[in-house]
Amino acid sequence: MLQTYTYPRYDYVQSAEQKSAAPERHPVLIVGAGPIGLTMALDLAARGVRSVIVDDNNTVSIGSRAVCYAKRPLEIWDRLGVAEALVERGVRWQVGKVFFDEDLVYQFDLLPEPAHRMPAMINLQQYYLEEALVEACTSHPLVDLRWKHRVLGLAQQADHAVLTVETPDGIFKTEAQWVVACDGANSDVRRMVGAQFTGQFFQDRFLIADVVMKAQFPTERWFWFDPPFHRGQSVLLHKECDNVWRIDFQLGWGADPEEEKKPEKVIPRIQAMLGPQAEFELEWVSVYQFACRRIDKFRYGRVLFAGDAAHQVSPFGARGANTGVQDCDNLAWKLALVLQGAAPERLVDSYHDERAFAADDNLRASTRSTDFITPKSRASLRLRNAVLELAETEPFARPLVNSGRLSTPTPYVGSSLNTPDEDAFAGRMAPGTNAADAPVQVAGKPGWLLNQLRGGFVLLSFGPAPVADVRRGAVTARVLEVGRDLVDEAGTLTERYDGRPGTVYLIRPDQHVAARWRRFDAAKIDAALARCLQA
Amino acid sequence: MPLIRDPHIPDPDGFYEELIASQRDLPDEQADLLLAKLVLILANHVGDRAVLSEAIGLARANTVKAGAA
Repeated sequence: MLQTYTYPRYDYVQSAEQKSAAPERHPVLIVGAGPIGLTMALDLAARGVRSVIVDDNNTVSIGSRAVCYAKRPLEIWDRLGVAEALVERGVRWQVGKVFFDEDLVYQFDLLPEPAHRMPAMINLQQYYLEEALVEACTSHPLVDLRWKHRVLGLAQQADHAVLTVETPDGIFKTEAQWVVACDGANSDVRRMVGAQFTGQFFQDRFLIADVVMKAQFPTERWFWFDPPFHRGQSVLLHKECDNVWRIDFQLGWGADPEEEKKPEKVIPRIQAMLGPQAEFELEWVSVYQFACRRIDKFRYGRVLFAGDAAHQVSPFGARGANTGVQDCDNLAWKLALVLQGAAPERLVDSYHDERAFAADDNLRASTRSTDFITPKSRASLRLRNAVLELAETEPFARPLVNSGRLSTPTPYVGSSLNTPDEDAFAGRMAPGTNAADAPVQVAGKPGWLLNQLRGGFVLLSFGPAPVADVRRGAVTARVLEVGRDLVDEAGTLTERYDGRPGTVYLIRPDQHVAARWRRFDAAKIDAALARCLQA
Repeated sequence: MPLIRDPHIPDPDGFYEELIASQRDLPDEQADLLLAKLVLILANHVGDRAVLSEAIGLARANTVKAGAA
């Protein structure tokens, strides 16, 4: 098979604590150096928290895998200083085509909402993402990334966990005040704490191929329902960078994965799909199966679960890695404040409340897509086909076509960290919602709101505020004044936040709205801050 | 507005005749597909989610009768 990418080999280094047989107690130990574990470490480091990442391998992920990254994860990586390179390398697409049988049913243009720094979605091979994250972790003094370290056992104590770890130099013990398990859908750590991993079961198999095209091919997303070259199943074609294309063939539960993986089986399928003129070579082929599941509790004592270790969804809608990165966004500031003694430990419990809620939302969305793509009965197949045939000529039927919905953040609408509105607001920025970006002017130069929020508590004030900040214990909410610290020349910011003069938003360190008022009231801000810290 | 459950179609016999005629000459498979499309077209015309839920519930209750399998 062709190779457009050379996999790096990272060096194993024996740690000082193993060499000296003197266990250290780390503030945070992260299991798994995939996109979620690496993001977790970077987010903690950005908040001044030192962490150790252990991974049983010494390279990046094989094949394109997650492939699609949505706006919110890109915004999080932008806060962590790694998004620009990803966006530059990644592929943006706007046009999607939906085929049913032999016909083009309809095509759409994503037309993403304008005036956001980050695009709605990029396609990028997962190894490029991991390579960028590894580089950022390796050059950060607060991240200790250890390859060829396998966790064999875990024992919970009241205020820490003891881990048994195996390396090429043998077995040693290490300790951590908190463990974040980012070790994927088959998480060993999840098994070690005895967690349940259940939910809505859905099982199917997919053949995934990375194909290098030798000729030009349009940068569009093509989705087939029941095509002649793959009867009764679905197929998805997506562009990646380096002229690599990603093809997902749904196989059904009964297919033999080993048989389906053989090039002599894969190549004719792709030929039938792309037409006889298309010249291509296979780069990577894999078969995977999935189930829609989630862990019962995101926290077990001193162990927290993030990413696929906590929830597994169907691939439709690119919700796996995207939602995992948002787990990190939610957890890092809470862990940092608890470790720094600035918030009580129960703040960490809100991680389960908010992210289990989001995971359920993602599971629901991905299950709906799955039920449309693979109808479970003759009657649902008939309804599905009726929708597809109507969509060809009838605009009303097109919103019913579900070939996967773009991953968007789940607002924490019922979170106990929110302070309910007392005043009326227009627009989407209700408490629990991630702050929408907007173009602004900073010191006479064009900039973006989210880059100004950075990673602390912020009081976004539309017009003059009476104070420079509001403090509660060790926590400071800094005032960011529209008209002084940043200028809303285009009016987009004011419109998105319904920012009438005097309006104040309390924004969390993960750039989510905690509370908002029509006028600056220090006592109310203090109460909202206390609530948000669970103090 | 709740689901209309009283007679509401003028010319009921004519409507029913037209409904039957629309798929009388079709093989079962196509006839079923036609009826599925009709459901979707009418559902979109109604648009009201609460009314649609009520209609779905009524159709189901009328089909899966108490005590039946």
